[in-house]
Amino acid sequence: MTLLLDLILGLAVVGVAVWTLAVRENFPAVIGFVAYGLLLALVWVRLGAVDVALTEAALGAGATGVILLFAVVRLRGGRAEIDAATPGPRQRLAAGILCGVVGLALAVAVLSLPDPAPSQAAAVARHLPELGVANPITGVLMAYRGLDTLLEAVVLVFAVLAIWSMAPDRRWGAVPGPVFPVQSNGPLSLLARLLPPIGIVVGIYIAWVGADAPGGKFQGGTILAAMGILAWVAGLWRLPPVASRGLRWAVVAGPLAFIGVGLLGFVFADGFLSYPPAIAKPLILLIEAAMTLSVAAALVLMVAGPPEGRRA
Amino acid sequence: MIYGLVASALVALGLYGLVTQPALLRKVLAFNLLGGGVFLLFGVVAARGGDPVPQALVITGIVVAFAATALALVLVLRLFQITGAATIAEDETRR
Repeated sequence: MTLLLDLILGLAVVGVAVWTLAVRENFPAVIGFVAYGLLLALVWVRLGAVDVALTEAALGAGATGVILLFAVVRLRGGRAEIDAATPGPRQRLAAGILCGVVGLALAVAVLSLPDPAPSQAAAVARHLPELGVANPITGVLMAYRGLDTLLEAVVLVFAVLAIWSMAPDRRWGAVPGPVFPVQSNGPLSLLARLLPPIGIVVGIYIAWVGADAPGGKFQGGTILAAMGILAWVAGLWRLPPVASRGLRWAVVAGPLAFIGVGLLGFVFADGFLSYPPAIAKPLILLIEAAMTLSVAAALVLMVAGPPEGRRA
Repeated sequence: MIYGLVASALVALGLYGLVTQPALLRKVLAFNLLGGGVFLLFGVVAARGGDPVPQALVITGIVVAFAATALALVLVLRLFQITGAATIAEDETRR
């Protein structure tokens, strides 16, 4: 029964991926991609990786789908240019064969993995009590691979900066992204009024519960960002201009808290990013709270894009 | 094991799309398909030992992939605004 389920799910993922590539128009391709992301999230659940499934559904399918749709709406035409640049059947055959070889090599590698599987699960579990964190994924993200997570937090800040820097000079300092008119009725207006109060609570809960159960700052921050985007698209919330100090602090608060706590590790513990055992949990919570805010702010700004309005 | 094969197929499909699709938007899409396959491959290998470390790294990877996609799309849109081009084909007719 479960084998059948896995088989159907696996075929569905590959099928949707093929369709996403093969379909001629951009809009259905993006819709196909969102479906692909959601099916992939189900695969992650089947693999027992609920944390990854949450992230894939929220970011891989949801947020990526939104920015792709924004781009599709703005990229008009170009059909003749695209047709002219499409490689001929011979080139496509060659590319197909080469990519098929890559896929086959990976498949052979997967089928011939060593038994028993090497694992660091025991090593991670041994030190979890010292951190006061019960979810091993959060433990890894915040402690064993804390440096990776810190660098990733910094990547988000740089991505926002890079996107802002695409703005023409005369737009600098203005409100990021398009300004949407206020929707006074219709489904969007209803959802934008109904969902945020619930979504904000759920987002904070997911971020909070990440210490002990699937969830965490990225998943919770994404839900908060989604609520902000919903209110923004419905015209109910205006984004602050990129010159706003509050906005900039919100984006860097998480990485700053992370680096600050990391540097304190030199004084009070064994070095950069090591937590004193007695207060490991409060410190991790502090970083997670600041990071949730920064992830949410960075995601909203990445979806909005470079400043487009007139300077405030 | 099924998902290991699914992941291999996704990597091959994404790579093929990345190489053969001329439109930049579709290249970004194909790149994300490819990324999903790579993450899944990582997850399949990790699931065998119940290892939390690769899972945590995949979460990191998904977030970074989103940031990269957002930046790539802004670059595509800016290129379109400035030159009106939707591809990066070497085309004499455009000049």
